[in-house]
Amino acid sequence: MAVKEINNQAVLEKLQTKFADAIFNVSEPHEFLTLTTTKDKIIDVVQFLYNDDELKFRFLTDICGIHYPEQELPLGVIYHLHSLTNNVRIRIKVFLPEHAPRIASLTGLFLGANWMERETYDFFGIIFEGHPDLRRILNVDDMVAFPMRKEFPLEDPNRTDKNDDYFGR
Amino acid sequence: MSDIKMVEAPPGIEGAGFFATSLDKAVGLARSYSLWPLPFATSCCGIEFMATMGAHYDLARFGAERLSFSPRQADLLMVMGTIAKKMAPVLRQVYLQMAEPRWVMAVGACASSGGIFDTYSVLQGIDEIIPVDVYVPGCPPRPEGIIDGLNRIQELVQNESLRRRDSEEYKQLLAKYGIQ
Repeated sequence: MAVKEINNQAVLEKLQTKFADAIFNVSEPHEFLTLTTTKDKIIDVVQFLYNDDELKFRFLTDICGIHYPEQELPLGVIYHLHSLTNNVRIRIKVFLPEHAPRIASLTGLFLGANWMERETYDFFGIIFEGHPDLRRILNVDDMVAFPMRKEFPLEDPNRTDKNDDYFGR
Repeated sequence: MSDIKMVEAPPGIEGAGFFATSLDKAVGLARSYSLWPLPFATSCCGIEFMATMGAHYDLARFGAERLSFSPRQADLLMVMGTIAKKMAPVLRQVYLQMAEPRWVMAVGACASSGGIFDTYSVLQGIDEIIPVDVYVPGCPPRPEGIIDGLNRIQELVQNESLRRRDSEEYKQLLAKYGIQ
């Protein structure tokens, strides 16, 4: 039985016939299919990739966040999916506004999304609606900031104990 | 002739069949050659310490034979590695659970000052939460460095008066850290 080789082009064609305008900014850095979608469509897109008989993207590699302060929609959530049957990967990005970054949770489809979304909330403050237990996972509980957002100086300007003069530099 | 080195007796009065010295000196001698360390190893310095415990460097030579991973009966807390702010209350609790007399050794740059991790999640030196007796520099320090640190602790132990921990100065030091 000849197994049909699934490549990036086939995956992209399937997505574009199904979702048309909701798929944009397509690129292939290092042969890694990367595309952007909207926050209303993300669950449908992942669900489609999961259910499709040919594609079978049934492994969630990672969910993480990103912050581009100069963009109109500065906060991003990035999903990495892997089809173990076809050995194909896909990266899906969704961008959100800074003042109320809300997006639907993926925990209904992948239980593993639970901790990944908690981490993304912990560092970027992105609210995942429908998450069963959205609280910090790595940082101390009483922290008020979201430390991976690019809104902090890299060093405390008032520190004196790490001046170069003390080290003969 | 064997190469075994004996510890020198403390200064005292020696006569036929007796030897008299001060209680401080005798107790200090006994304590310093039977330190029971509690290794609080969180990262690379902890690995270096494992080498110190191994046969080649053999920490047991100094009487620090029983390394306990419990505060019970331990008298030397060795903090080795990065202490994140989330770990700080744990470290403090371990220190509070140790009985007096207790000594603390900060091994390596991270435990002493936060090291290269000048960042929001790392405690910039354990002396922000517990008093420290000896700092061992290095990133990570070689086993010789850790042994040198232990020898410094032994010197402190030998020369400490029995009443130091009842002194006003010591109580003020602990009060500074909010320890009763």
